[in-house]
Amino acid sequence: MTATDVQITTRPDGMDTYPGQQPRMGFFTDTSVCIGCKACEVACKEWNGVPEDGLNLTGMSYDNTGSLNASTWRHVAFIEQIGRSSEPGESRWLMSSDVCKHCTEAACLDVCPTGALMRTEFGTVVVQDDICNGCGYCVTACPFGVIARRETDGGAHKCTLCYDRMGDGQTPACALACPTESIQYGPVDELRERAQRRVGELHDQGNDAARLYLDDPTDGIGGGGAFFLLLDEPEVYGLPPDPVVTTRDLPRMWRHVARAGAALAAGALAACLGWEGRNR
Amino acid sequence: MAEAHPVGFQWVMEAKARGAKVIHVDPRYSRTSALADLHAPIRAGADIAFLGGLINYVLTHEKYFREYVVNYSNAPTILSEDYADTEDLDGVFSGLDKAHRMYHIDTWRYQGEGAEPAGGDRGAEPEWEARLQRTARGEVHGSGGPAVHREPDTDETLRHPRCVFQVLKRHFARYTPEMVAQVTGMPEDLFQKIAELITENSGREKTTAFVYSVGWTQHTVGVQYIRAAAILQTLLGNIGRPGGGLMALRGHASIQGSTDIPTLFDLLPGYLPMPFASTGEDLDSYVRADIVHKGFWANTREYTVSLLKAWWGDAATAGNDFCYDYLPRLTGSHSTYDTAVAQIEGECKGYILLGQNPAVGSANARMQRLGMANLDWLVVRDFVLIESATWWKDGPEIETGELRTEDIGTEVFFLPAAAHTEKDGSFTNTQRMLQWHHTAVEPAADARSDLWFTYHLGRKIREKLAGSADEMDRPILDLTWDYPTSGSLAEPDADAVLAEINGWDADGNPLSSYTQLAADGSTACGCWIYCGVRAGGENQAARRKPGGDQSWVAPEWGWAWPANRRILYNRASADPEGNPWSQRKALVWWDRDKGEWTGHDVPDFARNRPPDYRPPEGAAGVAALSGIDPFIMQADGKAWLFAPAGLVDGPLPTHYEPQESPVTNPLYGQQHNPVRQIITHRENPLQPSGGEPGASVYPYVVTTYRLTEHHTAGGMSRFLPYLAELQPELFCEVSPELAAERGLDHLGWATVVSARGAIEARVLVTKRIMPLRMDGRVLHQVGIPWHWGPNGYTTGDAANELAHLSLDPNVHIQEAKALACDIRPGRRPRGPALRAFVRDYQQRAGITERTGMEP
Repeated sequence: MTATDVQITTRPDGMDTYPGQQPRMGFFTDTSVCIGCKACEVACKEWNGVPEDGLNLTGMSYDNTGSLNASTWRHVAFIEQIGRSSEPGESRWLMSSDVCKHCTEAACLDVCPTGALMRTEFGTVVVQDDICNGCGYCVTACPFGVIARRETDGGAHKCTLCYDRMGDGQTPACALACPTESIQYGPVDELRERAQRRVGELHDQGNDAARLYLDDPTDGIGGGGAFFLLLDEPEVYGLPPDPVVTTRDLPRMWRHVARAGAALAAGALAACLGWEGRNR
Repeated sequence: MAEAHPVGFQWVMEAKARGAKVIHVDPRYSRTSALADLHAPIRAGADIAFLGGLINYVLTHEKYFREYVVNYSNAPTILSEDYADTEDLDGVFSGLDKAHRMYHIDTWRYQGEGAEPAGGDRGAEPEWEARLQRTARGEVHGSGGPAVHREPDTDETLRHPRCVFQVLKRHFARYTPEMVAQVTGMPEDLFQKIAELITENSGREKTTAFVYSVGWTQHTVGVQYIRAAAILQTLLGNIGRPGGGLMALRGHASIQGSTDIPTLFDLLPGYLPMPFASTGEDLDSYVRADIVHKGFWANTREYTVSLLKAWWGDAATAGNDFCYDYLPRLTGSHSTYDTAVAQIEGECKGYILLGQNPAVGSANARMQRLGMANLDWLVVRDFVLIESATWWKDGPEIETGELRTEDIGTEVFFLPAAAHTEKDGSFTNTQRMLQWHHTAVEPAADARSDLWFTYHLGRKIREKLAGSADEMDRPILDLTWDYPTSGSLAEPDADAVLAEINGWDADGNPLSSYTQLAADGSTACGCWIYCGVRAGGENQAARRKPGGDQSWVAPEWGWAWPANRRILYNRASADPEGNPWSQRKALVWWDRDKGEWTGHDVPDFARNRPPDYRPPEGAAGVAALSGIDPFIMQADGKAWLFAPAGLVDGPLPTHYEPQESPVTNPLYGQQHNPVRQIITHRENPLQPSGGEPGASVYPYVVTTYRLTEHHTAGGMSRFLPYLAELQPELFCEVSPELAAERGLDHLGWATVVSARGAIEARVLVTKRIMPLRMDGRVLHQVGIPWHWGPNGYTTGDAANELAHLSLDPNVHIQEAKALACDIRPGRRPRGPALRAFVRDYQQRAGITERTGMEP
C-alpha cells in the first residue's frame, strides 16, 4: 500500500482523517462546576515535570499564576463579580481552568519551520522537544498566547494533552485530578454532545449567559480540541472573543504578493522595452 | 468546604446536580460561596444568634416536625422548678458560681431527679467540682450525660410551662429576625430566605444537612454553636435521617481518629474518660462515676476491662482490677495550652511533637515558643524543618532580641518522618469511616513512620527497664508490646495493631461487635467503638468496592464505627410504629414478619426490639431503652433539646460575644460566656471589649481561615514549590470601604496588631469581604489565612501571633475565629521595636492583668 492508496477524508469538524484512525481526543472544561482548587495546575506540573515558575502575588484575585506559558500548562482564572446588594445570584466568582486549545487550524503548527510541532494520531498538537530550535515563530502565531519559550532551555513548551498518558489509554493528569469533573476528557465528538446538553441544562435553569466557546467547527480556528463552557463573555475570562488562526490569510497574502510582484516585473519590462523603442 | 475540603466538596456538587440547594453562611465570600445558591455574610462570632433566630422562626411559625419532636426528643420533659433561664437572669443560667467560674448544674435537672453532686464521694465542694470540671468530665458525659434515674415527668401536649418545649420557646423568643440582623449583620431578607429554604426542605419527604468545621468550633462558645445546630435539626426532624444531620468536616490528618483513639489528655480510646485522681481510685468507683442507667454507656465496665486486657494482656487479672491502677491519673487540665504554661513556669521539662507545629499552629504562638525555650529537651518529628524545630535560632523572639540562642538550654532533636504514602495505616475521617492506606514506597534515608518510632521507643525503654523491681516500672514492663516487625526497617505490622484494636475473645478469635465485650477479662479490645473493623479476621477498613457495585449506602467501602453503621441514631428515620417517615427517605424500618430492624443501613438499635416495646419497671442499661428511644447513647434515649447535664456552660445555647469584640452584647447584660476558660498568664494579655474604655483601640473583627492551596500550619505546603507558587505570600483580605478608611492599598503592606503581637501581610482589597451594617454602625472584618510562618519556600508571619488563649470550657479549644485587632498600612517594626509597638497598643487600651477576665 502506498501513500496514495490511503483514503483520506475530511471530517465535519475540519480535520482530515484516514480509516482506522484513533478518534480525536480533547477536553471539555465546564467552568460552571470549577471550584478553583488548582489541582489541575499541580497535577500537570507533577506529571510533566514542568518547573515552578515564580512566586508572585499578582493581586488578580486568587490567580497567582497569571497566564499560560512555557511553564504553566493549566491556568485557573478568577474573576470577582460581587454585586452591591447581597441578593442571591447578584454575586459571582467565576473560576475557569484555561489550557491550550489544540486548535483544528493551529497556527503554531503552520508556522513551525522545523516540524517540531506536529499533529498526533489523537488530533492533538504537540511540541517535540528534541527537534524544537527555539526560533519562537509559534509564540507570535498563537492567537491565545498559549505557547512560549522557556528561559532555562530556550525551547517552546505547551500542553501535550498528556500524550504519554493517552497512548497508554490513561486520562490526562489534570482531568484525573479535577474533583468536580470540571475538566472532562474524551473523544471530541462525545464531549461536544455532552457540552450541548449541559449548556441546555443551564439555560433551563435560567442561566442565560452560559455559552460554549470554541466548540464550533466553523469558527476562526475550526473549533478547538479543547473547548469550554463559560458563564460570561470570553473577554471576561481574558480569552479572545473571536479568535482566528493567524495563518488564515497567508495564502491570499502570498497570492497578492505574487500578483504585485508579477505586476512589478511586467511594468519593469514594459519600461525597458519602451526605453529601447524611444531610442531607436 | 470547597476551600478546605475540595475533594469532599465534589459530593456537594453531585447533590447540586441532583437539585439540592446549597446555602453558605460565612464572614467572607469564598470559593464555596461561588458554587452556592446563596451566600449570607455573618459577623464572625455571632452564629448562635443566627441559629437561635432559625430556632425561633421554626417554633414561632410551627415548622417543627411535631411527631418526631414529641416522640424522639425531650421536648415533653418537665424541668425542675429551680431552673432559671437567661431570660430570668439577664443572660446567665441558675447555678452560676462566679467566684469559682463554674455552674452548679443541679437546677438544670429534670423534675423529680435528686440533685446529684458531680464530684462523687467528695460531694459538692466548689473547688473540687471546679477542678473536676476542668478535667473535662463534661466532654465525656456529653455523649450520654450522667445518670437520669427514673422515667421523667412529661407533657406530650407540649404545653406545661416547665416542659422543655416551652422553656426553649421562651429562651429563644428574643432571637427575632430583626435581632439576628442587629447582632450578626446578616440582612433580614437573607435570613428570611434561609429560614424558608430549610423549613421547606425538612419533614417527611425532604431533609436538610448542616455542614461545619472550625468556623463553628473555635470559639469560647464553640460547643454551644454545635448544640444550637443540633436543637434546630432535632426540631426539623433531620437527625438520624438520610441527607440530614450535622456533619462535622474532619479528615485532615485523621483528626477524627485522633479523638477516637485519642491523643487527648482527658480521653481513653472510645471516649472513655481518663481517670481523675482520687475519684477514680479503683475500677468500681471509675465505672460508677460514669455509668448511666440506660443506654449503651451502661456497659462502661465491659469496654474498660477489654481495653485494659488489650494493653496489659495476661498481667491484667480480676485480682488486680485488670491493671486499672496502671492508668495515669489527671489532677486537672493538662490540655496543650496548660502544658505551654507549665513549660514557661518550668514544671514541664520535655516535649515530643509528632507532626505538630505549635510555633505557628497554636493560638498565641509566642507562648508556645517561650514554653519550648524553657524545656530541657524537645523532640520534633516531621518531614521538614518546621518552625517548632528551629525557633531557637531563627524564631521571632530571636529577631526581637527577647531570646538569645546561646542562652536557650533546650536540647532539640529532629527526627525525619515518613509520609502517609510511605507507611501502612488508617485514616478515620468525617463520617467516622476508617480507610486503610498501604505503603507505596519505602521511606528514604532515616525517615520512619510514627508507628516505627513509638514501637521501637517503647521497646528500647522496656529493654532499659528490664529486670527492674521498682513498682513504678510495671505499667511499662507489663504492656503487651509484641507486634511483629518486618523488612529491613523492622517496621511494625500496622494490621496487627488494628487486630488488637478490633479485639479478640478468650480463644483469640477476632471480635465482630462491641456487644461481645465482657467485663470478666475474657475479651480484649483496644477501642470499643472500633470493634468489628477486623471482623472475621479481614481488614474491613481496606475494602474498596466501587460505589456503582453496591447500594447507595455503600457499606463495603471502608468501615465506619460503630459496627459499620453509616448514619447514627437511624431509628429516628422511622416513625414510632417502625415505618419510614416516607418511602423517599427510607433508611431502616421494622420488619414485623422477621421481628427485626432492617434496611439500607445497619440499624442503630437493638435488632429485635419492637417499636412497641416499653421497658418494665426497674429495667436498667440497654434493656431500659423503649422501642421509641432512638438516641441510644442518651440517658433517657431522647434527643436533648435541653441538656440537663454534660456541658459546663449551659443547658441551652446563648449568644455571648467573643472574648475580644468591638460589640457590646445586644441580647443580654452578660457580655461573655461566664465560665469560659481563660489561661491566666502574663503572656496572655486580653483586650477590653464592647463599650469598655480602650476597646476602640482594636476596632475591627479579624477572622482566620484556610486556603485550598495550603495546609494547616504550612509544614506540608509552604515547603513545596508547586503549592507555594499558587499562594506565594501571606495576605489579608479587606473590603474597599475598610481600605479607604485605613489607607490600605491593594498589594500594599498592612500591619495587624492585637494585645499579643503584630504581623504584617500584603493587602488584597476585595468586595468578597462585606462591611456589616448592624445596630446603626458599620462593622468591618479582616480575613487572614493562618498558613504562614517564617520557614519554607514561601514565608510570612503567623496569624496565630494575634490569637489569645480564652477557651471553650468544655473542650479547651481556642477562639481563633473571632478576634479584635487594629489594622494600619505599612510593614511592621522589626527587632525590639516590634514588642514596643505591641506594648504601646496595650497601654493605649489600658490593658492590665485584670482586663477581659471578668466572668
